[in-house]
Amino acid sequence: MNGGWTGTILRVNLSRGTVKKDALRLDWARDYVGGRGLGARYLWDEVDPTVDALSPKNKLLFVTGPLTGTNASCGARYMVVTKGPLTGAMTTSNSGGHWGPELKCAGYDMVVVEGRATRPVYLWIHNDQVELRDATHLWGKGVWDTEEAIRAESGVPDCIVASIGQAGEHLVRFASIMNDLHRAAGRSGVGAVMGSKLLKAIAVRGTGGVRLADPRGFMAASWAMKAKLKASAVTAEGLPTYGTEVLVNVINEHGALPTRNHRETVFEHAEEISGETLTETRLVANKACFACTIACGRVSKLPGVAADKFSVSTHPRNWRIAGEGPEYETAWAMGADCGIGDLDAVIKAHWLCNDLGMDPITYGATLAAAMELYETGAVSDAQTGMPLRFGNAEALLAMAEKTAYRDGFGDLLAEGSKRLTARFGHPEFFMGVRGQEFPAYDSRGIQGMGLGYATSNRGACHLKAYTVSPEILGIPEKMDPHTTDGKAEITKIFQDITSAVDATGLCVFLTFGVGLEDMLPQLVAATGTKYTMESLTRAGERIWNLERLWNERAGLGKGADVLPKRMTDEPIPSGPAKGKVNRLGDMLPEYYRLRGWTPEGEVTPQKRKALGLSRL
Amino acid sequence: MAKQLRIRPEKCTGCIQCELACSFVQTGTFQPARSLIRVHLFDDQASYAPYTCFQCDEAWCLTACPVNAIAISAASAKVVVDSLCVGCGLCTIACPYGTVWFNPDSHKAVKCDLCAGDPACMHACPTAAIEHVDTPAQDWLGPWAADLNTTYAEIRTGAAPAGGES
Repeated sequence: MNGGWTGTILRVNLSRGTVKKDALRLDWARDYVGGRGLGARYLWDEVDPTVDALSPKNKLLFVTGPLTGTNASCGARYMVVTKGPLTGAMTTSNSGGHWGPELKCAGYDMVVVEGRATRPVYLWIHNDQVELRDATHLWGKGVWDTEEAIRAESGVPDCIVASIGQAGEHLVRFASIMNDLHRAAGRSGVGAVMGSKLLKAIAVRGTGGVRLADPRGFMAASWAMKAKLKASAVTAEGLPTYGTEVLVNVINEHGALPTRNHRETVFEHAEEISGETLTETRLVANKACFACTIACGRVSKLPGVAADKFSVSTHPRNWRIAGEGPEYETAWAMGADCGIGDLDAVIKAHWLCNDLGMDPITYGATLAAAMELYETGAVSDAQTGMPLRFGNAEALLAMAEKTAYRDGFGDLLAEGSKRLTARFGHPEFFMGVRGQEFPAYDSRGIQGMGLGYATSNRGACHLKAYTVSPEILGIPEKMDPHTTDGKAEITKIFQDITSAVDATGLCVFLTFGVGLEDMLPQLVAATGTKYTMESLTRAGERIWNLERLWNERAGLGKGADVLPKRMTDEPIPSGPAKGKVNRLGDMLPEYYRLRGWTPEGEVTPQKRKALGLSRL
Repeated sequence: MAKQLRIRPEKCTGCIQCELACSFVQTGTFQPARSLIRVHLFDDQASYAPYTCFQCDEAWCLTACPVNAIAISAASAKVVVDSLCVGCGLCTIACPYGTVWFNPDSHKAVKCDLCAGDPACMHACPTAAIEHVDTPAQDWLGPWAADLNTTYAEIRTGAAPAGGES
């Protein structure tokens, strides 16, 4: 019995307009666990790493894990795997909400989208009924209107919709795929891939159930992990009380909150955009994803006056009603990184990004880079159409719309900050790795994050090796954020473990309260496969190396593990981490050695053999 | 007075652990569509309302059943007696709260039986929004919904500012 899986995948060819049901490769599901790993394995087999990410030859995979749709705490995730248009690397963007579980309940483990439609379509999945439907009337709509329209026209109000907004339609290189209004497969431009295929949405309604190999054993294991989450200060108190936004003040106090395109690392208005302020003044309720017992999601409301404060035209009726967010990353990217200390502006811009279907991290960071270009005189008012000074909240809102529609200067912002800064002759203002912008931790103040960013397969990312946990939060044990000792080792371990967690269908936020060893018994009981800590960690390492090998073929393997000069050569000018730079050069050789790669960072034949990757 | 489910919507986060637990009891799988407790997610109001049979005293389901297939159990729950139920569906229509369902596989009515006095949904709820306590059988959802409807209508029409006091 193949517990945890339905055993069926959907293969949708948009060029031919066909939908086919295939058997899931259960051998791959076993070796790569699911989610991120399973998607990577399929992509390896089916997509040439050198294709243009926005061409019909790229494929878009929506992949669940074996625990997606179970009552395992946070068993909500689905992973979007594709070649990312922002980076050119294999990207793995995951999202919570209810979409992944609904797909499972409909009877499918994953959806493979191929080719390109000749006119806008959406995929309709209602249990056995799977068909492509015309979406020309939806094209041009935002995410929220799209969800509402599909629910209304289908007559199935319980369907869950994953869709793109105007940003995805206009091939903004950091467009996201959104579900449940505010949940995002956010990074690397997965929404642009969907847009390039003229696929507006995938709407799912499933009334079946998720079967397990050992239901009783699973329930016992699931209870055990929930009890542990309940006992953790972070997952039982910190995250439910303040959400991810709890980090604003914490990271700022460590002098590692990137400010004004990473020119500084302490933000004078941090308090105003912090989780504490949000909770006291704007929070309506917590919101949980499917089966989540943490409920870090924020639902906030703008005060009456603030709702009308900024002149944006999109979706005015919704500004007066509650919406999700902001999250820490958003508050940072659109707040501190742009020098904006106005929480209302941040909330509104966050909703705007959600409705337009655009990654707020890259959007905020790209705008920050544009602001640095503007302030140094590299771009003029005539080009931007408005003064892009740091701290200009009106510009944050206005440019979000222009970017999603590729209108005026927004057309250049839509390319992401690497292309933007290169175009204006200042590539040194690009703050990221492999074409993807940094998230909200300055690696000069948190050494391990620098190594994690530099080696991250999908470009700079905080979710693939979150060494902030030990370096700042002291989980599982405190490490000094300013030394490089042990950082190569912890980064490698975190990368492998996180890959495994991402493959299960669980949320990586669980790792604040529990370890992979707490997830393992649920995985074993669900699938019936006798995973051990060793085999599961190895599966994580296998996933990491497979992504790396694919990236090597895409030209983003060795040689791409570099940080911008600002991180390695420009000391932090002030604050608690004053004078620090990231010492990537001290960590990288040890990291390559621990990975069993060549000193240049190439995966060796021996390593491939050890991980069962020789015959690929 | 007997122990009933008392649900506090204001504590609900919308995680649907209750639905998963209930469906597991019914089917041995995780199948929210088969749950006898449902969480309605009112996303744009940040409100989540779990609802199930609150074992009302009137028990129209019981009154309507033409074959007396609905009985009162030792746990004070109105329960469907499978061996008697002919699947006519009258009880599903009679219930003013819509908390009696029709099982398309068994062709019989199905409703909350309080898990014979130890409700799985109550145990599964991470925020204690579902309690199993001595309480008069009552429509806990009615006043809450009425209150919310008023507020919501005012927000939609612009009569009241979203976000309240400021």
